[in-house]
Amino acid sequence: MGTYRRIHTTDVLIVGAGLAGGRAAIAAAEAGLDVIILSIVPPRRSHSCAAQGGMQASLGNIAMGYGDNTDIHFADTVKGSDWGSDQDVVRLFCETSPVAVRELSYWGTPWNRVVAGKKKLPNGQEVEDTKDKEGYITARDFGGTAKWRTCYTSDGTGHCMLYTIDSVVVKMGITIHDRMEAISLIHDGEYCKGVVARCLRTGELVVYLSKATLIATGGYGRLYAASTNAVINEGNGMFIAQETGIVPLGNMEAVQFHPTGIVPDWVLITEGARGDGGYLLDKNLYRFMPDYEPKKKELASRDVVSRHMMRHILKGLGIKHPSGIEHLWLDIRHLGAKHIYTNLREIAEICIFHGVHPEKNLIPVRPTQHYSMGGIRTNIDGAAYGLKGLFAAGEAMCWDMHGFNRLGGNSVAETVVTGKIVGKKCTEYTLGTTLSYSYQMIEDNVAKQKDRIKKLIEGKNGKEDVYKLRTRMGEILWDKVGIFRNGKDLQEAVDELRELYKRSQNIKLKSGGMGASPELGQALRLPGMIRLAICISYGAVTRTESRGAHYREDYPKRDDANWLKRTLSYWSDLNADLPVLKYEDPVITELPPGERGYGESATK
Amino acid sequence: MARELIFNIFRFNPNTPDIRPYIQTYRLQEEPQMNLFIALTRIREEQDPTLIFDFCCRAGICGSCGMIVNGKPKLACRTPVSDLKRKITLYPLPVFKLIGDLSVDTGIWFRECNLRTESWIHTNKAFNENELEERMDNKTALNIYEADRCIECGCCIATCITMNIREDFLGAAGINKISRFMLDPRDNRTDHQYYEIVGSDDGVFGCTALMACDSYCPQQIPLQKQLAYVRRKLLIAGLRAG
Repeated sequence: MGTYRRIHTTDVLIVGAGLAGGRAAIAAAEAGLDVIILSIVPPRRSHSCAAQGGMQASLGNIAMGYGDNTDIHFADTVKGSDWGSDQDVVRLFCETSPVAVRELSYWGTPWNRVVAGKKKLPNGQEVEDTKDKEGYITARDFGGTAKWRTCYTSDGTGHCMLYTIDSVVVKMGITIHDRMEAISLIHDGEYCKGVVARCLRTGELVVYLSKATLIATGGYGRLYAASTNAVINEGNGMFIAQETGIVPLGNMEAVQFHPTGIVPDWVLITEGARGDGGYLLDKNLYRFMPDYEPKKKELASRDVVSRHMMRHILKGLGIKHPSGIEHLWLDIRHLGAKHIYTNLREIAEICIFHGVHPEKNLIPVRPTQHYSMGGIRTNIDGAAYGLKGLFAAGEAMCWDMHGFNRLGGNSVAETVVTGKIVGKKCTEYTLGTTLSYSYQMIEDNVAKQKDRIKKLIEGKNGKEDVYKLRTRMGEILWDKVGIFRNGKDLQEAVDELRELYKRSQNIKLKSGGMGASPELGQALRLPGMIRLAICISYGAVTRTESRGAHYREDYPKRDDANWLKRTLSYWSDLNADLPVLKYEDPVITELPPGERGYGESATK
Repeated sequence: MARELIFNIFRFNPNTPDIRPYIQTYRLQEEPQMNLFIALTRIREEQDPTLIFDFCCRAGICGSCGMIVNGKPKLACRTPVSDLKRKITLYPLPVFKLIGDLSVDTGIWFRECNLRTESWIHTNKAFNENELEERMDNKTALNIYEADRCIECGCCIATCITMNIREDFLGAAGINKISRFMLDPRDNRTDHQYYEIVGSDDGVFGCTALMACDSYCPQQIPLQKQLAYVRRKLLIAGLRAG
């Protein structure tokens, strides 16, 4: 019996079976390459399925979207990013998104379609959808956009897209190993050669060797105590890439808070609820957003709406929930039961199991951690900095189109757009390379993981409880690295997280860690998760300006002279408890930094 | 008044077959708005880290957490404990391969089901990047969505009598998939081709019409209607071919 049970060899190894991973796998398999997808859950359970609202693509089929084009989508996205994005990347994204949405239509996604005729919008405006556009893919309104551009299937968009992409994966017979978690990258300092994985059925270690490895593991929402994310979103792909010491993470301090997580357990209520005409109300049932944002009202960008909501709560105008949480109300009653139970059906279901009937009750909401703008820093092809043969796509990557704030509907679009583009680039790379490895390298990599597991089981270093440490990390981020940030709190967060990182080396399992022990899985992940938490906090305390979702009370202005740049965090030494920060300029090709047209500067 | 909840949970790990299946009891203080996701997570993190179960989205969207709650298949994350009596009995879904305790292998089962039913669009057309999408009536799109809402949680499979007798039965989820593609004008399969897949006792004619699937679908997909639709279409196809 060796130290591991199996070795798999493949051309392309994809880590993550959500929309980005699935779409990339299709691209590689279409070129005739051998592909294996690893996923910690069955592919159709990936967090992509939870995306409700939709996907931005400038089709311009609906009356409120007439005249839309990729230039307007480009401008919206760059303004949304607060000029933190790479504009060549945004341009490529905007040009590709309409193709990606039509490709999904070809594969079977039941996009909602334009129905011709005159309509009265919830705000009283009358519009007419013309006959010549009838039956084409329709769109709804989302925050921070000049046109209605968000394509959707009711509010099950991510679900339908994921089932479509996975149907093609199944049709093509692509190999999927589900319940298989990548726990470290195998590399020689120049080339990435695959991963060591842990089987979540049996606990055994499995080695995957590949010419190219593509990480599509999504975001890190679960680092925070309150997040809309699925419980599997712990940033795995990001921390195993950063652990190499040579692959940096980009803009980790850029964390998105979604305005409407439902209280008290933070399940997402889609932006589509406001896009379709929902209002935000305070304790006096007063619609306050028009006071702060006369033009965009509830549909300014997410960072802006979230801050106004928190300010309103801090003014004492929130409502106290029985759980003690202060919140505001989302009101969609006026949309009517028919609209709610057709176009917003999934959120109606979510409300109902929270005891709220949205056609007659108000929905308790509060801004909640939602999205990771940061991630594995790659070039425009999705190739990671630092290691050849390593690629990333979707939320796990920072290529970087979102800068410091992502627009609603741009993440789902990004998954399939980058899956398509990076899948192709990764394929080109793979066709021009070969795989060389030594058994010694495999043995060494496996031995390192075996050693970690042994230490956790034996607990010779101490008796720390993995769940208590994780809970504390979540509280620190939520309390001190949230929507409003300041130097003092951020420094305290960094200091305490560094302490937690040390303690995470002293975990002792209570379960014994046998087989597929979930406690062992958490303990293997936790040090990497804390490193990500430190990168977020340290990046935030260092960036002495406000930009997009990164808002410093002590530096409330955007500072282009000093901070029009992207943070790169390297973790060169695993014994260190701080990353090394470097910076690079964002690519500006078309739109020089200026006013967003909404948000704090516009209200003055 | 906060209750002390008593959980009786099925325990068995196929990796340690020498330890026979048993029921383990846990006690937990009820909290406002507690659901089975919160309760089970708390038990694992505070009382017994060996307990195995599956949650993912915890919002009733991903289909990971189907289990038998007091004798009925439910999504655990959508089940508030306030709806349940003080004593709560939890078993894994039957039919599916057991991974451990409350966790079953629905993923592999449904991949097999998708392969058998060839649940993808069958078309001879190639995708052209420069062309607009084909038009579709919005009502048709909504009808497809109605069937496409299945989250593959397995509740309909676990509750199906035929499934428990006939191992190769497709179940309501499988037949609903056929209905989803039959409704879709982009899928070019003929009724005869569908007949080849589901026109047997392992398919649509095996259903004994007890309709527990329809009653327990957490997505409230009208499975009875979808089944009747497929059956009707195939009967007509069968009669014509006959």
